[in-house]
Parts: sequence; structure tokens; C-alpha cells
Amino acid sequence: MSRALHLVQAVREALDLKLADDERVVLLGEDIGVNGSVFRATDGLIAKYGEHRVIDTPLAESGIIGTAIGLALGGLIPVVEIQFLAFIFPGLEQLFSHAARMRHRTRGQFGVPMVIRAPYGAGIRGPELHSESVEALFAHTPGLKVVVPGDPHDAKGLLISAIEDPDPVVFLEPTRIYRAFREAVPEGLYRVPIGKAKVVREGEDLSVITWGAMVRTALRAAQRMEQERGWRCEVVDLRTLHPVDRDAILASVQKTGRALVVHEAHRTAGLGAEIVSLINEEALLYLQAPIRRIAGYDVPVPMFAVEDDYLPTEERICRGIEETMQF
Amino acid sequence: MLTEHGRAQLQTQMKAHSPRLYEELQVLRSDGEVTGPIDDIPPERMREMYRWMVLMRGFDKKCVTWQRQGRIGTYAPFEGQEAAQVGSALALSNSDWMFPTYRDHAAAMVHGQTMANVLLYWMGRMEGCVSPPGVRVLPPCVPIATHLLHAVGLAFAMTLRGERAVAIAYFGDGATSEGDFHEALNFAGVFRLPVIFLCQNNGYAISVPFSRQSASRTIAQRAVAYDIPGVRVDGNDVFAVHRAVTQARERAVAGLGPTLIEAVTFRYGAHTTADDPTRYRDQRRLSEEWRTQRDPIARLRLYLERRDLWSAREEEAWQAEAAALVEEAMQEAMAAGAADPLAMFQHVYADEPWHLAKQRREMLESRGGASA
Ligand SMILES: Cc1ncc(C[n+]2csc(CCOP(=O)(O)OP(=O)(O)O)c2C)c(N)n1
Repeated sequence: MSRALHLVQAVREALDLKLADDERVVLLGEDIGVNGSVFRATDGLIAKYGEHRVIDTPLAESGIIGTAIGLALGGLIPVVEIQFLAFIFPGLEQLFSHAARMRHRTRGQFGVPMVIRAPYGAGIRGPELHSESVEALFAHTPGLKVVVPGDPHDAKGLLISAIEDPDPVVFLEPTRIYRAFREAVPEGLYRVPIGKAKVVREGEDLSVITWGAMVRTALRAAQRMEQERGWRCEVVDLRTLHPVDRDAILASVQKTGRALVVHEAHRTAGLGAEIVSLINEEALLYLQAPIRRIAGYDVPVPMFAVEDDYLPTEERICRGIEETMQF
Repeated sequence: MLTEHGRAQLQTQMKAHSPRLYEELQVLRSDGEVTGPIDDIPPERMREMYRWMVLMRGFDKKCVTWQRQGRIGTYAPFEGQEAAQVGSALALSNSDWMFPTYRDHAAAMVHGQTMANVLLYWMGRMEGCVSPPGVRVLPPCVPIATHLLHAVGLAFAMTLRGERAVAIAYFGDGATSEGDFHEALNFAGVFRLPVIFLCQNNGYAISVPFSRQSASRTIAQRAVAYDIPGVRVDGNDVFAVHRAVTQARERAVAGLGPTLIEAVTFRYGAHTTADDPTRYRDQRRLSEEWRTQRDPIARLRLYLERRDLWSAREEEAWQAEAAALVEEAMQEAMAAGAADPLAMFQHVYADEPWHLAKQRREMLESRGGASA
């Protein structure tokens, strides 16, 4: 059986099922208790599981992540919510210097199974510093896995996989699609594997590689290009940003011979550069055109009056497709 | 809030220690009677306090309405906290530096930020972060507690350069849980810096009550650990707040170092317009209790009217004038015209690097403009 759920409801359901399924799972965060988190991702969970499993913490991200490391070392599986991604910065020392390195330093003796969930991205008219996309920071840190669901079905299955993963997983939830659309989500526990991309639209002419809220925008651009130009673009939702699904990327590019990477994070040193390098290193001779990147500009994410101008638009993606096709 | 019994118990327990760390100092009672020294505040200053608080409340209420109408974005209201913000800001000198949060626009406006800029900020425009020339107000700080260290650094700079002024940082009770809060108090204590740490303890950090923020009973008592003065005042008593800040300022400019002030208050409304307080507290009862029993504006009006320092006629005139000032500010903010997307490329650095010039041209071309 499945029902139509929003992405944020799918997240909540994954948390609910894992709390029920595994008593080692505990949630920690700011305003996740009676308030049910600011986006309602933990709505009703404290009533169901009690305040020892759904823990409202003091306002301290270093405190939360550092404590979660200790909880994990003590045999629990902490699932942390950072209220908005930009507020994780006080906790980065704990995440980068400890959570990410514990397994390596102890030669496998201690692992830190934990999940850090954070709403992220622009497009919801949030206040200043509520719209950043800094996923590259985490992908750049050995020892962390980075996951971004692009639809409700994957959100639930990927979050369950993340909670069951033996290593720390940064799980980024695109706020713009939290409630943008509903999709059939199966009841019960199911897993979407970490490290596997998904082809959300098949095509032969060009591969659009993207993730998160940009998947929808890329799909619209691909449809338009087919209508207007007759080009059939494949759209690949990466779903896991680190480690990326090398095979899926290469298979798509080897088929199409052209690629465009789309992300809303800043262009410079964004993950687009990494993906372009991967393709260059492993599939250069298949390419018929240089790979372009359509990304957020290299400016602080603007406040909401002009945030739509910052974000890659359908228009900009179409232009990127045209330039690549007509190279 | 402590019960009467709890309060009395604490008072006896803690007297030997330092009562100010646990008791709320009060000068102006809720019934408008004065119970402490007020000789430091001339009558004209009291009237000024009142006018500011009324103006700020009018502004705040209007912003909540404008948010509902879609004229501004998500907004953080401060209704209920006017005395803490106005009373503290009026105790400053123009040479003092202010570091506010997203909820301290009343303090910022008293210190010289314009109402129009505050509105631009909440309309989602970075221009709202600019303060008028000579006004020493930094942009509202969004990441909790981080700006306390900036105030410390600014105070350090003034000390090193021989300037006699203070830096004041505003923050909430939730902020006291962040590491930066402790680092700031410690630095300021070690270097004896002229900083005023002004905490508005409104009892909640979004949904989390102070009892979950900390096992310490008060915020003022944290000062003991750093051996700096700590004071807990009734934050809805504008005289008490003003006095505490005046004294902290005197000590600071005399080279005696920082002070931690805890102003106990309550936000009547939601955390922001995106928040629903009925989810986490008995919102109707609590806000009604604070409004009717501890309101900062009502008690000052009672006091002023009893001494013929304010009249019903003046009230009516000022309410009308305040409403007009708020409307004018909105007109001024709207006169800024539509936001220019190309402005996002400006001021990223002092000089524009090649890649930003290129991206700016791309945006310009895609908008059908000529390449610049
Ligand atoms: C570092 C950081 N973490 C989390 C947030 C999200 N957030 C915004 S306001 C707030 C509560 C702040 O409470 P408090 O310090 O008591 O101030 P108040 O809002 O009550 O004035 C939270 C958790 C943030 N802005 N910055």
C-alpha cells in the first residue's frame, strides 16, 4: 500500500518507523519536541516515543553534534536535526574533526553511526542565512557520506538507509520541495541504497546531472527542449553526493556524449567541478562537447527579494543545453 | 516565572552570595508605583522613553499585519520587549557600538537605524543592513550568539585606541547555550573590555523554555564564573533596565570591564510570523497575563499620568503621529523601487574579480540588457 505524501511527511515517516523499529535510535535537535521541528518533520513523535527518544536540546550545535558522537560511541544511533543548514557551522569542528575521523583513527575499533539532517537551499522566501547550499563542504570531508533526496519516495528510503548506515551521513532536505508536490510513498520500511543515482528521465542526446530541488527544474527544462528542439535529454538525480555513483554518471554520458551539471550551490569549487573531472578522467573520448555547469552565482545567497534570480532557472538550464547541443 | 514562595526561598538562600544574580531588580512596579531610585532619569527622558515604546509597539504590530498582507517577508516581532530594548538603547551614547539580533530592531532604531532600513531588511533586501552615516549599529545578527564576540573585538579596538565608549551586544536566553556566549564573556573578562552583554530573557528560544536551556536558575549568575558583574532586572521595567545599563556603561568607560545584564521579559507573540506558539505554550493565558499584569508601556503611562507628565490628549496625539511615522517609513522603503538582481554581484569584494564580472555580464545578457 502506498499513499501520496509530501517530502517532509516522508521524512517524518522514516523517523517514525525507525524509532519504532530500533530502540537505539534517538532524535536530537532544537525545537524538535513539542514543536515538532520548524518544518514539522518530527510532528507528533515526542508524544509517541517520549522525551528520552525525541530530545529537545539546548541551543548549541557543537553541543548537539559532539553529544551525538558520544551517544553513538555509547551504542545509540543519534539522528540530529540542524534547524537550517547554515546553522551547522558551530558544530563543524565536531563533525569534521571527530565524527568523520573516528573510524579511521581507531583503525575501525569505533564507528560513529549517526545522521545529521538539515533543511537546506533557497526558494522559500526565508530570512537571511536560511537558504545556503554548502553540500560541497561535507563531500570534501573524508569519512562523511552526503545524501540529498529529490522526491518523497527517495526521501523516506534514503533516510532509512542513512539511519542504518554504520558511518556518519549528512542528509540534506531541500526545503523548496518539502511541500511542493506529493508522490506515492509505500507504507512500512524500505530502503533506497546510498551511493546509487536514479535516472528520472531517459534520453539519448544529453545528460543533465543534478540533485535536490534542481531535479524538478531540470525536468521542466528537458521537457521544453524536447518540445521546442526535439532533443531528448536524460536527467540523472544523483541522490548521493558522496560517494557519487560513478557508474551511473559514466553510463549516461557514454550513451549521450554530452553533459550538463546543474546545482544551486555556488559554482566555484562546487560539486559540479568534481563531476566534470570525473567524466573527463573516465569518459573523455565519448564527449562531443565540453561539459557546462549551471550553478548558483559566486555571491552570498541573496535575501529573498532576488533569490529567484540567484537560483538556476529553467531558462538558464535550457540555454546551457542549447550551447552544449550546438557546440 | 518563579512563584512568590520560590522567589522568597531563593532570596534567603542566595543573599549571602550576591542577590542581584538571582533577584529581579525593579524600580517601576506594574501598578506604576516607584520602589527604587529614579533620580538619574529626568522627566523629559521619561517622556522620551514612553514615546519610543509606543512608537516601537505601533511599528511592530504594523509589521505583523504587513507580513500577513505579503508586503514584507517573515518577521520577528518584539512586542512585550519594548522596555528592555528602548530602556537600554536610551542609556547609550552615540559613540557606543550596538550589535543587535533579528529581534532587536527597536533598540537599533533608538540608536539611529532608520525605520525604512529595518523594513527593507524584512522585505528581503540587503540594503536594510546599511545604517545611516555615523550611526554605530551593525546589521541584525542571525546566527545565534556569534555577534557577542564582535562586540568584544570592537571594545578591544576602542581600548587599544584609547576611545572611551562601549560596545553592547543584544541576545536572547537561548543564545547563552552557545559556546560563543562563554567565549565572549571570558575574553571580555580577561581583557577587562568595555562591553555590555544585554540578554533579553523572554523565557523561550522558539519553543524551548529556559528550563531546558540551562540548569542554572538565572542567566545573571553566569557572570560569577568569569568574575564580572552580573545583574538581573525586571526587563519590563524601563527605569530598571536604563539604570542597569547606565551603571554598566559607567563602569565600562571607567576601565572596570564588562557587565552581563539579564532583562527578564516575555515576547507576547510568535517567535516569527512563521511560528505558531500555541504548539508549545499556553499562549493565550501567558500572553494575557504578561499583557495585563506586567506590560512595560502601561506601567510607565500610569506613572507619568499620575505625575502630570503625560495626558490623554498627548496620548491621542502621539498615537496618531506614531502611526503616521510608521506609514511614512513604509512609503520611504517602497520608494527604493524594485530590487535590482545585479546588485547581488556588488560588494562581494572591494574589487570585482574576473569571475564575478563574467557572471554579472551573463545575468545582464540573460535579462536582455547590454553587456557592461
Ligand atoms: C547558530 C544558530 N542556530 C539556530 C538558529 C535558529 N534559531 C533562530 S532564533 C532561535 C531561537 C533563539 O532564541 P533566543 O536566543 O532565546 O532569542 P529570541 O529569539 O527568543 O529573541 C533559533 C534556534 C540560528 N539562528 N542560529
